[in-house]
Amino acid sequence: MSTAKQRFTLAAAAATFASLALAATSLTATAQPRTDLVVGMALEPPHLDPTAGAAGAIKEVTYANLFEPLLRVDADGKLIPGLAERWTVSDDGLTYRFTLRPNAKFHDGTAADSADVKFTLDRARAADSVNAQKAYFAPISKIETPDPQTVVVTLSRPDGLFLFHMASGDAAIVAPESAATNKQKPVGTGPFRFDRWVAGDRVVLDRNPDYDGVKPKLDRVTFRFISDPAAQVAALKAGDIDAFTLFSTYEALPEFRNDPKFTVTVGSTEGETILSTNNARKPFDDVRVRRAMAHAIDRKTLIDGVLYGNGVAIGSHFPPHREGYVDLTGLYPYDPAKAKALLAEAGYPNGFDTTLRLPPPPYARRGGELVAAMLAEVGIRAKIEPVEWAAWLEKTFKGKDYDLTMIAHTEPLDIDIYARPDYYFNYKSERFNALNDELNRTQDPAKRNALYGEEQKVLAEDAVNGFLFMLPSVTVQKAGLTGMWVNRPIQANDVTGVSWK
Amino acid sequence: MRRRLPLSLHLGAALTLLLVAMALLSLLWTPYPAEQVRVIARLKPPSAAHWLGTDHFGRDVLSMIMVGARNSLAVGAAAVGLGLLGGVPLGLLAAALGRWGDEVVARLGDLVFAFPAVLTAILLTAVLGAGAVNVVLALALFNAAVLARVTRGAALAVWRRPFVGAALALGRGPLSATLVHVLPNIAGIVVVQATVLFAVAIVNEAALSYLGLGIQPPSPSWGRMLGDAQTYLFTAPLQAVFPGVAIALSVMGLTMLGDGLRDWLDPRHRSSGVM
Repeated sequence: MSTAKQRFTLAAAAATFASLALAATSLTATAQPRTDLVVGMALEPPHLDPTAGAAGAIKEVTYANLFEPLLRVDADGKLIPGLAERWTVSDDGLTYRFTLRPNAKFHDGTAADSADVKFTLDRARAADSVNAQKAYFAPISKIETPDPQTVVVTLSRPDGLFLFHMASGDAAIVAPESAATNKQKPVGTGPFRFDRWVAGDRVVLDRNPDYDGVKPKLDRVTFRFISDPAAQVAALKAGDIDAFTLFSTYEALPEFRNDPKFTVTVGSTEGETILSTNNARKPFDDVRVRRAMAHAIDRKTLIDGVLYGNGVAIGSHFPPHREGYVDLTGLYPYDPAKAKALLAEAGYPNGFDTTLRLPPPPYARRGGELVAAMLAEVGIRAKIEPVEWAAWLEKTFKGKDYDLTMIAHTEPLDIDIYARPDYYFNYKSERFNALNDELNRTQDPAKRNALYGEEQKVLAEDAVNGFLFMLPSVTVQKAGLTGMWVNRPIQANDVTGVSWK
Repeated sequence: MRRRLPLSLHLGAALTLLLVAMALLSLLWTPYPAEQVRVIARLKPPSAAHWLGTDHFGRDVLSMIMVGARNSLAVGAAAVGLGLLGGVPLGLLAAALGRWGDEVVARLGDLVFAFPAVLTAILLTAVLGAGAVNVVLALALFNAAVLARVTRGAALAVWRRPFVGAALALGRGPLSATLVHVLPNIAGIVVVQATVLFAVAIVNEAALSYLGLGIQPPSPSWGRMLGDAQTYLFTAPLQAVFPGVAIALSVMGLTMLGDGLRDWLDPRHRSSGVM
């Protein structure tokens, strides 16, 4: 009996000691900041090659983390060195000279030199290129590589946005050895390298030990894909996700704001959300009809109803946070009576029937429903037609066979799309095209901003599309995480500067 | 002697009548226009002004449920009606023709059954575009196949009975025999089946609208109300309750009505009763 008791006491003491020791180790463990990160995203990328697809999710995983373009866009939208450590532009704006980082290497160990840059740019502008932004590379006429560290690019015409475009994910530098397999097994030059991809669930990156630039604080980044809004909220609450970017379940934000365990940031994106209008099709070819629609839409109610107030109204195709912005939101105040009068003047006293095609994102599906209700009040009976992305791209974007649709244009500084002759708005304006030509010839920032202002005014006066609001960049993250981007000047989840307190 | 009606028939008929009454009432009156948006009054819990609260655009949930009932019934009635028009004659024809005619109808039925109704509907809406009409067509196709099979089976059993043989021997043609002798004897089975299919059609319509393929906004649909409510499960859980209850009660009512009718009309039951 007594021995058994003694043994028991001994065991208890040992257990106490062990648990104390454990507690001590776990204390030291918590004192050490975490070095891993789990980022939540709504959409899974279809593949991981940013130079071969338009899906934003590809860039949201790879940009700056895995792949590097020649230049990069930082959290504030400024151009900073990427694979090129410095660059110069000739006075006529036609010759660009990039100097690459001397010790840059791809993740497979091969050197990243001027030949890789030439290969990348030639591949992107080739006739059979599958790059989603081929137009970015169209001005290039010649690429020379005088030495392994220097690339000289000559343009056939000035392009004020060339450097900006060379900083996009579409211009990520890839190697000839791995270009063909980047979709499944991406090989870049960035501070993180590809570890694995569990289809339907996550992509895991780990730190690139041979990175020649500033080393990131994190050693492991997991991107998890959760499309269901309720599951997104649940995963955040359960602590499975450290930061959810481009969070669009806006109605759940008050809860996270009131919870000290979380931080909510609301920033800007480049996503001008518009009611795209087929300017070539009756009755939308009449500017009075387009202006009537502008008067019929109450942007404040729309922003309240769709974004729960987390968004800014726009009056033209330009984001308020950029230089050169002109506030035109007051041009067509919400005024259903005025809208009806304009419709009557255009010959539609009883309104008309039309179709509003909506792609899948919630801002479009929900927003479209509200816009249709507002248009109905002035007599424009819009039949709602929900479509999947593939069908939307095929019929609406490429086929230009539509009346109205609702979409966020997320490419940065994309006002030039209104000058493209075969863009899906079917908008043709000599005035706008002249301004855009001048903009392309102009390097001086102040003059450029003035021209941007003129362009915005032309678009607003013509009421080309219904200009609605800027899509917000909402991030819900655990308190203690620092360095996540607040704004989204480019499609990216750049985590190279992220760390735990 | 009067037979007692089954309890399920009472309950089912009551629930179905409630559904129909709500749908008919919505033609004349709803508390608010079902499509009226008022963002400022969104996601309100039930109150005296809004008995079942408001949805994420501030629309009155009760009004939406009422108009939704009408939409559900319309889709169900059209899907079952077209199914009856297509399926019953086909089934009768198969039974009357026998042999290869029978074979053709049976194989066509198998073809339809190879795909679940919802999948067929998704396929059809993907090709022809989303909307109530295409949903009705898809569900009607499925219903026609089911009804053809049920009709054929029941009709074959009647054809083997002596009085049909006697009628034929007396010079009645197959068409006349089908109309005079076969159809009245299988009517009960077909009605029961149609009632059950009605319930299935309501569920399927809700499922398709939930996926965004069925009835299109602004017209309310129970399925889409459920779909919209999904994102509010944490913030406003009541949003999902009312359309969910509406679907459940309607389907329960129609299924019980079908069960009750079956018990009541069952020929075995009948032979032990008055006949």
